[in-house]
Amino acid sequence: MILNAILLAFRALRRNVMRSLLTMLGIVIGVAAVITVATLGAGASDSITSQVSSLGDKLLFITPSAEERGPQSGSAIRPFTRRDSDALESNIFGIDDVSPTVSKQVTTVYGNSNWSTSVTGITAEYFPVRNANVIRGNDFSEQQYQSGRLTCILGKTVREELFGAVDAVGSTIRIGIATCQVIGELESKGQAGPGSDQDNIVLAPLRAVQIRLIGNENITAIAASVNSGASNSEIRLEIEELMRERRNIRETDVDDFRVLDPAEIAGVLEDVTGILTLFLSAIAGVSLLVGGIGIMNIMLVSVTERTREIGIRLAIGALGKEVLTQFLVESVILTTLGGCIGIFFGLTGSYAGALYMGFDFTIDPNIVMGAFAFSALVGVVFGYVPARRAARLDPIEALRHE
Amino acid sequence: MSGSQLSQARGSEALATDAADSAAKVPTIRLQQLLRSYGHGESEVIALNNIDFTVQKGEFVALMGPSGAGKSTCLNMLGCLDRPTNGHYFFQGVDVAYLSGEQRALLRRHFIGFVFQGFNLLNRTTALENVELPLIYRRVPTKERHRRAREALEKVGLSGREKHTPGELSGGQQQRVAIARAIVTDPALMLADEPTGNLDTAMSQEILRLLTQLNQDQGLTIVMVTHEADIAAIAQREVHFLDGRIATDTTRGAQSE
Ligand SMILES: Nc1ncnc2c1ncn2[C@@H]1O[C@H](COP(=O)(O)OP(=O)(O)O)[C@@H](O)[C@H]1O
Ligand SMILES: [Mg+2]
Repeated sequence: MILNAILLAFRALRRNVMRSLLTMLGIVIGVAAVITVATLGAGASDSITSQVSSLGDKLLFITPSAEERGPQSGSAIRPFTRRDSDALESNIFGIDDVSPTVSKQVTTVYGNSNWSTSVTGITAEYFPVRNANVIRGNDFSEQQYQSGRLTCILGKTVREELFGAVDAVGSTIRIGIATCQVIGELESKGQAGPGSDQDNIVLAPLRAVQIRLIGNENITAIAASVNSGASNSEIRLEIEELMRERRNIRETDVDDFRVLDPAEIAGVLEDVTGILTLFLSAIAGVSLLVGGIGIMNIMLVSVTERTREIGIRLAIGALGKEVLTQFLVESVILTTLGGCIGIFFGLTGSYAGALYMGFDFTIDPNIVMGAFAFSALVGVVFGYVPARRAARLDPIEALRHE
Repeated sequence: MSGSQLSQARGSEALATDAADSAAKVPTIRLQQLLRSYGHGESEVIALNNIDFTVQKGEFVALMGPSGAGKSTCLNMLGCLDRPTNGHYFFQGVDVAYLSGEQRALLRRHFIGFVFQGFNLLNRTTALENVELPLIYRRVPTKERHRRAREALEKVGLSGREKHTPGELSGGQQQRVAIARAIVTDPALMLADEPTGNLDTAMSQEILRLLTQLNQDQGLTIVMVTHEADIAAIAQREVHFLDGRIATDTTRGAQSE
C-alpha cells in the first residue's frame, strides 16, 4: 500500500516540478532559519564560555571610572598608581597575584610596514594572572623590568603585520617615537569575538612604558587573581572597601572605579544569549508553521486543479484511502525534501555566520534531526486536510469537473 | 480491511466464472426494474425509469438517444460509479447495486474498463505510465506491469509511442491510449461514453475499427454511448433511450435470422 502510494506520489510530483518547488519554499526558508538561529546561538554561547575559560574564572579587573556625579568632581578619571596595586596584594589575603597595567594606542613601525595597535606596560605578574605565555625568545628579565629601557614582546598579529612570516626576535622596531628591541613572541590566543583580536597586542615593561611612552606613573587597569579557596564576590567587596578608603570616597558618594568579574558577566551574557536564541528560534519556528500553512494552501488549490485526475483514479478503481495516502505521501515528500534543502542552507548559512563572527562552527545532530522530523510532521499535519478532500470526491462529479 | 475486500472481489470473480462454467449463459449485465432519480418532490428528475436491460458476454451494444435521455446515467450505473435509487443490477450474476463505495471501487478495478469522450489521460505523463495506472492499483509487480502495458499499447497500434505524453499525441492516438488503459486489465466489460465525440470522421473510424476488432478478436463485451447513427451501426445491437426509458432495442443478427 505505502510503496504503491510512494510510486504514485513521485509520478504526480514529477508532473509538476515548478509547483512542487514552490510548495517546498516555505519549509525550506523556515527550516533554514531555525537551523541558522539555533546553531549560531549555540556558537555564541560556546564562544562566551571559552572566552571566560581562557581568562580563568578566578580573575577580577579593577579600572578607574568617571561615574562619580558629585557637584565638585569633574568628569576627570582618577587613575591608579603602583601603590594601589601593592596595597591590594599586601592587604587582601584572598588575592594571589596582582597585575597592574597601563595601555596606550601607538603606531608600530618596522621597515616599510606600520601597524596601529596598543602597547601594554606590564609587571612579571601579568603572565600568571592573564595566563599568557612566551613561545619564542624570552620573557622580560628582572633587570629589564627595573631599568626603564624599552623592550617588547609581540602578539602574533602584530608580528605578522610587521614581519610577515619572519621571526621578529632580535629585531628593533619603532613604537611611536621610541625604538624598542623585540625579545619575544606571545603564544596565540585567537579571536575573543567579532573585532576583538587577543593577538593584536605589544607587551613592554611597565616602568619603561610609563617613562618612555606616557610620561607619568599612572596605572589604568589592575587585574587580580583570586585564591582558589576564596569567593570572587567576597574579594570584590574587600577590594571595593579598600579602594574607597584609599581614594577617600565618602559614604554618600558613588565609587569612581569599577571591579569587574568576567565570570559573572559571562554568566549574564550566556543567559541573555540563551533567551535570545530561544526567542529567535520561536520566531523561526513560526515561519516554519507559516510554511506549513502555505503547503496546505497550495495543496488545497492543487486538489481543486487536479479534480479530474482524481476522478480518473477513482473511476479506474482507486479507493478513497489510496487517494488519501497518495496525497499525504506527496505532501510529506515535499516537506521532508524541503526540510533537507533547508537544513543544507541553514548549515551553510550558519557556517558562514560563524566564520564571520569568529565562533566555532559545530553541527548539533539534535537540531538537525529535530528539524527533519518536524518538517515530516508538518507534511502529515498540513497535508491531511487537502488529502482528505481529495479522497472524498465523487468520481462522477470529479470527472465532469471543468 | 482492503485485503479482505480484495479477496471478496476476487471471490466474486471466482464465483462468476464458476457460474459461467456451470450455467453457460449468465449475462454480463442484467438491470432489473432499475430506477435512478435525482432530487425530491417537485424538483425530482427521473433519469432512469424502471429499466430492464440485459447484455450477454461478448456483445457490442450502442446506447443511443437524444440529450438528457439517460444514456450517461445508465453507463455510470453499469460502471458501478453510481448507485440506483431502486431496483437491481446483476453483474455476472451478482447483485452489485447496493455495494459500498469501496466494494464498487474494487469491482471497477478488477472487472471494468472505461473510455471517455474527453480521453481523460493524465497530462504530462507518458502513454506507458497512463496505461500502467490501473495495474498499479491492482498491485501488479513492476516487470509484469511494464510488459502488459506495452502489450496493450501494441494492441491499439501505438508501439513506439510509449514515451509520448498526451500533449505529443493526436486526438485519435490519445483515445487509443485511453482504450489501452481500459483493456490492460482484461476487463469483463468495457464502457465507452461517446468515445468519438471529440474526434474528426477519419479518427472516429479508426477508433471504431479498433473497438470492433477488440470485440470480435478478444470477445470483449462493449457498451458504448453515441448519438450518431452511423457510429451506432458498427455495433450489433442498438438500444434507444427516450426520457429515461428504453424505446427500442434492436439486434442486427436477430433481425436477419
Ligand atoms: N447529477 C445530476 N443531478 C441532477 N440531475 C441529473 C444529474 N445527472 C443527470 N441528471 C439528469 O438526468 C437526466 C439524464 O441525464 P444523462 O444521463 O446525462 O443524459 P444523456 O447522457 O442521455 O444526455 C437529465 O435530465 C439530467 O438533467
Ligand atoms: Mg451524456
